[in-house]
Amino acid sequence: MLFKNTYNEFIKIVSKPRSYLGLGALTVLIGLIIFAMKADGESMVSFVTASFEQTLSFNGKLVNGNLIAFIILQMLVVHIPLLIALVTGDLISGEAAMGTIRMLASKPISRTQIVLSKFIAGAIYTLVITLWLGILSLLVSHLVFGSGDLMVLNSDGLVILPEADILWRFGLAFCVAYLSLLTVATLSICLSAFAENSIGPIVATMAIIIIFTIIGSLDVTVFDTIKPYLFTTHMASWRSFFEDPVPFDDIINSIVILLTHIVLLVGITLFKFNRKDITS
Amino acid sequence: MEQQTIIKVRNLSKKFGSFEAVKNVSFTVHKGDVFGFLGPNGAGKSTTIRCLLSLISPDNGSIELFDKSLQRNRSEILANIGSIIEKPDFYKYLSAQKNLEIFARISGADVSKKEIHEMLDFVGLGDRAKHKVKGFSHGMKQRLGIAQTLLHKPELIILDEPTTGLDPQGIIEIRNLILRLKNEQNKTILLSSHQLSEIELIANRMVIINQGRSIVEGSVDELLNSEETMVRIEIDSVDSALELVRSRFNPAEITRTSAKELEVLISKKRIPDLTKELVLAGFTIHAVEPKRKLEDYFIKTIQS
Repeated sequence: MLFKNTYNEFIKIVSKPRSYLGLGALTVLIGLIIFAMKADGESMVSFVTASFEQTLSFNGKLVNGNLIAFIILQMLVVHIPLLIALVTGDLISGEAAMGTIRMLASKPISRTQIVLSKFIAGAIYTLVITLWLGILSLLVSHLVFGSGDLMVLNSDGLVILPEADILWRFGLAFCVAYLSLLTVATLSICLSAFAENSIGPIVATMAIIIIFTIIGSLDVTVFDTIKPYLFTTHMASWRSFFEDPVPFDDIINSIVILLTHIVLLVGITLFKFNRKDITS
Repeated sequence: MEQQTIIKVRNLSKKFGSFEAVKNVSFTVHKGDVFGFLGPNGAGKSTTIRCLLSLISPDNGSIELFDKSLQRNRSEILANIGSIIEKPDFYKYLSAQKNLEIFARISGADVSKKEIHEMLDFVGLGDRAKHKVKGFSHGMKQRLGIAQTLLHKPELIILDEPTTGLDPQGIIEIRNLILRLKNEQNKTILLSSHQLSEIELIANRMVIINQGRSIVEGSVDELLNSEETMVRIEIDSVDSALELVRSRFNPAEITRTSAKELEVLISKKRIPDLTKELVLAGFTIHAVEPKRKLEDYFIKTIQS
C-alpha cells in the first residue's frame, strides 16, 4: 500500500502546474547567470584576483565551467528552499484545503503510510530539483565555458583546485546539498500537517529559514550554544568539499545534524497526523 | 432468521473542546438496509459518520462494523466501505479517470481500467472520463463520488448528504442511483440527508438524532404508521364533503384549505373507507394525497 500511495503522490506532484515552477525558475536563473558570466565574467574574476596579482601569477582560463557551476550552486542553494517548499508545503495541507484528505483517510491505508508516502514523494521531487540544478550548472557551464582549474575564495584565502580533482567534490557537494534541501522539504511537510491551507506552511518554512539564518549570522553569545544545532548552520556545508584539505569531520557532523532534523520532523508529523481529527 | 448486523454503534460520544457533538449515540444497521440517518443541522450526524470512517477518534463508546471492532480492524473494515462525506472532493487538476485510478489503487482491491470505465458509464460519465474534474458541475462530481464509492465493490455504502447543493434533476439522478444500488446490487446503505422525502422514499429503517443524541430508531413504515396521516383531498363540493367527513369519521383535524381542497387528519387504515364514502355520496374526487408524513414525524420528534 505504501508503494501504491507513493506512486499516487508522485502522479499528483507531476500533474500540478506548480511543480514545474521550480524547474522552470531554475532553468531561467541558471541561464541568466551563464549569460551574465559570458558577458562580463572575466572582469568580475579580475576584480577578485586583482588583490592577489602582486604575489601570484594566474595562468590558464579562470572563467571556466567549474567556476561557473560553483557560483551557480552558491547563488541558488539559498533560493531553492522556496521552490521546494512551494510543492512540499502543499502535500498534506493541500489535501485538507481541497477536501480530498477525507477521501484519502477513509481508505484502507494507515495514516502512517499516507504520511510516509508523501515524504518519499517529496524526497523524490527534491532529488529531481537537485539533479536538475546539477545537470544544468555542470553540463551547460562546461559546454559554454569549457573545463579548467577551480579557484575558490573562502575565509582562509584563495584555494586553487586542479581540474582533475574537482568532479568528485561536486558529486559529494550535491549529495550534501540534497540532504539540506531534504531537511527543508521535511520541515515544510511537517508544518503542512498542522495547517488546513497551502500558503501557511510555505510561508512558515521560509520564515523559519530566515529566522534561523539571522540567528546563525548574529555574533551574539546567547545564540552561540544553539547555532551548531540549527539546520540552517549546516545548509552550506557542501562548500567544505571545495576546501583543501576537505574537513570531513565537520561535514559528517553536519550530515548527522541534518539527518537528526529529518528523523525528528518525520516523527512529529506522524505523531500529529495520526492523532488528527479530520473535520474539514 | 436473525439479520446480519453491518453497523453496531453503542454509546458513541465525542467532544470538541467543551462542545459535546455526540452524546451516547447508539444504532444498528442490518445487511441490505437502506438506513436513514436523520437530524437537523448540528445534530451530530457528520461527526458520527466521520467516527464510522475513522476520520475522527471517538472519546467513548464502541463501533463495530461487519461484527468487528473498527479500532482493531480498521484497514480490513474500510476496504469494505464506500463513502461520500458531505461533498465528494477530487483532485481538480486530474481527469475523472485519473482520480478514480488514484482512489482505486488504495481501495484494497484490484480494480482494472476496464472496471473504472464501466463504473464511469454506470454513473453516466463515460464520455467525460478524460476531462479534468475542475470543469465538472456539482452534480457530475456527486456522480463521480458515487463511482468512487463503488469501485472496489464494497458491501456497505455511507452517503452523507449526497444531494446537498444539487438541482432537482441532480437529486433525482442520485436518488435513482441509490435505488439501483439497493435493488440491483443489494448493498447496505447508510444515508444521511436533509431531504426527508428522499429518506421516506428509499429508506426501510432510520434513526433520528438531535443535539448529539439518538432519539428514535426503527422501521420507517412502523414509525410512520403509528401516527395518523394528513390527507389532502381535492373534491368538487368542499363544504358538503367537509360536513360528511366530520359526521361519519370524526377526524382529529379537518380543514378547508381552498375552494376545492380540504385536509383531514385520519388513520391510514381509514383512507379507503373515507374515499368510498365520498364517492357513494356522489362527490367527484380529483385527488387523494397523503401529505409527506416523515416531515411531520421528524418535526414532532425533534420538538418533543
